[in-house]
Amino acid sequence: MTTAPDTLAVRVRRGRQQRSLAHRILRSPLGAASLIYLAAVTLIAIVGPVLVPYDPMTASLQDVFAPPSPEHLLGADSAGRDVLSRLVVATSFSLLGALITVVVAAGVGIPAGLIAGYRGGWFDSLSTWIAGLLLSLPAIVVLLAARAVVGPSLWLVMGIFGVLVSPSYFRVVSSAVQAVRAELYIDAAKVAGLGDARIIGRHILSVVRAPAILMTSGIFAVGIAIQASLDFLGLGDPTMPTWGSMLSEGFRNIYRDPTLLLWPSIAIALTCVAFTLFGTSIRDELERTGDRGRARSAAPWAAPATRPAAPERHDSGHAETDPVLTVSELSVAYDDGESGWTTVVDGVSLNIAKGEIHALIGESGSGKTQTAWSILGLLPQGGSVVAGSIKFHGDELRGLDPHRLSQLRGRHIGYVPQEPLSNLDPSFTIGQQLTEPLRVVLGMNRAAARDRALQLLERVGIVDPQRTYDSYPHLISGGMAQRVLIAGAVACEPDLIIADEPTTALDVTVQAEILDLLRELQSEAGVAMLLVTHNFGVVADLADRISVMRNGSIVETGPTAELFDSPRHDYTKSLFDALLDDAPARGAWTPREVRA
Amino acid sequence: MSTTLANVDTDGTPSGSSTPLLEIRDLSVAYQGRGLARRRIPVLHGVSLDIRPGETVGLVGESGSGKSTLGRAVLGLAPVTGGGIEFDGEDIAHASAARRRELAADIQVVFQDPYSSLSPTLSIGDTLSEPLRARGVTRRDAEARIAELLDLVHLPKDAVRRLPREFSGGQRQRVAIARALALEPRLIVCDEPVSALDLTTQARVLELFLEVQNRTDVAYLFISHDLSVVRHMSHRVSVLYRGEIVESGDGASVTSAPEHPYTQRLLLAAPVADPAVQAQRREALARARATETSGNQAPAKGTTR
Repeated sequence: MTTAPDTLAVRVRRGRQQRSLAHRILRSPLGAASLIYLAAVTLIAIVGPVLVPYDPMTASLQDVFAPPSPEHLLGADSAGRDVLSRLVVATSFSLLGALITVVVAAGVGIPAGLIAGYRGGWFDSLSTWIAGLLLSLPAIVVLLAARAVVGPSLWLVMGIFGVLVSPSYFRVVSSAVQAVRAELYIDAAKVAGLGDARIIGRHILSVVRAPAILMTSGIFAVGIAIQASLDFLGLGDPTMPTWGSMLSEGFRNIYRDPTLLLWPSIAIALTCVAFTLFGTSIRDELERTGDRGRARSAAPWAAPATRPAAPERHDSGHAETDPVLTVSELSVAYDDGESGWTTVVDGVSLNIAKGEIHALIGESGSGKTQTAWSILGLLPQGGSVVAGSIKFHGDELRGLDPHRLSQLRGRHIGYVPQEPLSNLDPSFTIGQQLTEPLRVVLGMNRAAARDRALQLLERVGIVDPQRTYDSYPHLISGGMAQRVLIAGAVACEPDLIIADEPTTALDVTVQAEILDLLRELQSEAGVAMLLVTHNFGVVADLADRISVMRNGSIVETGPTAELFDSPRHDYTKSLFDALLDDAPARGAWTPREVRA
Repeated sequence: MSTTLANVDTDGTPSGSSTPLLEIRDLSVAYQGRGLARRRIPVLHGVSLDIRPGETVGLVGESGSGKSTLGRAVLGLAPVTGGGIEFDGEDIAHASAARRRELAADIQVVFQDPYSSLSPTLSIGDTLSEPLRARGVTRRDAEARIAELLDLVHLPKDAVRRLPREFSGGQRQRVAIARALALEPRLIVCDEPVSALDLTTQARVLELFLEVQNRTDVAYLFISHDLSVVRHMSHRVSVLYRGEIVESGDGASVTSAPEHPYTQRLLLAAPVADPAVQAQRREALARARATETSGNQAPAKGTTR
């Protein structure tokens, strides 16, 4: 299989990423520090209450405000209770309180979010409405009111808080589910005969897992903070030592013994920070954000060991006297950081004369689009032109400063993209998007730009230019959008148009019209065009010359008619063989019995 | 499945072995609109189609013609508002959820996009075992069957443990075909199964479809926008335009010498990979358009041959 080397490379790269999440978190310093801290706190919360030397509630008059000593390592408080023992026991109550909040919030929010996201309909409407209502309630006021009704119960109050924050889970989960609900693999699972419960369990829970873990760590931090504030206000259960009640007690005695305030503050702050950092490091690992993508490889780009063979040329004497575009020995590579460079275009040379349409044809991964992007200077992050030159009317484009390049792009090089609708900004009308470049690049005034835009729309075959001019992109069809983009590309009368799969997203009947339009524009204005496509029919229809690309290099190039008549390279021949244009029809059906 | 219902041949199809496996009659589908008014948006108006065992029926149309909706209606994924779908004599247009899960053994699907039709977090083995396990096949039997399936679609055995992202588009589509074949269905709805693939990969996947059909006698409802692909694959072809079938007949004549103006336009609009021929077709298309705009409206009634 021709794709074998690519798949192998991908597999090696992915293999590294597939290490377990826990392992990766432990490797990041912040993740490891917060995880170790949280593990220690959890351990203290579980075994601490059994090991503490004093009962946290026993007052002792002779120890009131005792300083730190071998008996009372952290001293004693205003009632002579041992501060260390209280701190340890408070840890388990505080964490348990936050845990209740998390369990209730997750228990309410996640199932509701799953059902609402998967089923939609009335349940979705109703639960979204309730979530909005809960979010709009001021939590602390509700908790104060609840405390007044149910009395000073830590568990009940934290449970109610859990309900109040459950919309956070609900929203995250339902939007994650909604995003995958329309995926084809969900439909495929339905067709495979799976029940809803099984589909949610196998296909949807895995999507929800990451955001839910993230949310949990955030809600833990909020739960601890809310509980501390309630206890600090003196609204908690007085029979239970918590970080908040210790804080409150320390605050009252701040002038007699400031250290009483210090210990619970440290515990609360460190724990909240640790939960937040833990969440952040999980997110970084799951989404792979952070700095690692931007790491530069130490070595400069070096040409790959296997040099591409020289392309099969159908006319060796083809030399343009004054080409619009001359690309010679162009190589494009992506810097992958530690693993070095990935070369996607290697040693590509081509000339485009005035008024000539040059097609760049190839399968996915052949580097045809990368070549087009490098001419426009629009390579995605990490990619760069590492060798060769790109000359436009004899001027070198490679290494040109971005400002000058963007002027060139606007004024002399037009671009027609593949996905017409996603290349129009949905929040502006067609007219606004067409007139802006006219005013900025050509310095037209508003009225002149408007007239020109209407002319252009009429030129590209739009029946009611004024209506389209005033429309927003979502109101027009894909074919219409492509006409608008072509109008935009020719607005400044460029010398060169780069068309990247201009008709791939369109229906064949619309494609035929767009091809006609491109041909007319070319013969009228003599504009040169680089046409990137995978469709031999489009090439046969439009192109003067073709270059066939494979694995980043041109394997065969020549005038369209000659190349179609007598393809020389094996790869070109195999492409022609795969065409179904001349393939025989299937023939009539015969029952199996007859065939046998 | 019992065929107690008599096979009523209203259109004169010979009975016996050529009894339709799938029979769609006057099918209408409308999606519920959004917003307060909640108007229904009709997508299909009275579409009729039948498929015999081991036969491929091609369904051609452009975007918005309703061709995918027709496939989804057969699969029970689109709301049927009128007409009927009979599979092996049984009306499945309004089958219950439980019955639908049973029908999974008979009717399967291969979707267009090989990237979103496989669950990204499940290994190929898990994806393939899903339909088997859902029907209570034991783990051992499922493993044996999966090995058979991978062999059938020419994938290596060690694919079982790998994730979809480790495979190219063509290989993923092979996995999707294997999943569709897992329960030995009698009908597979192929919804643009090769339009996301490269030219050479497309040829190999189409070859695989034909090979599987020869071996298992499965019937295909082959949905595509590409006349040349449909022509290569289908015994009979129907052309769908704005939710109605405008022309249907045997594959060769519909795709080479169509009668309905829309099919003619569709055929002429697809560019062929031959500069000289393409130039002629371009002119023919321009002429066809000229005659059409000069008042000659397309006949509303479909032509059937």
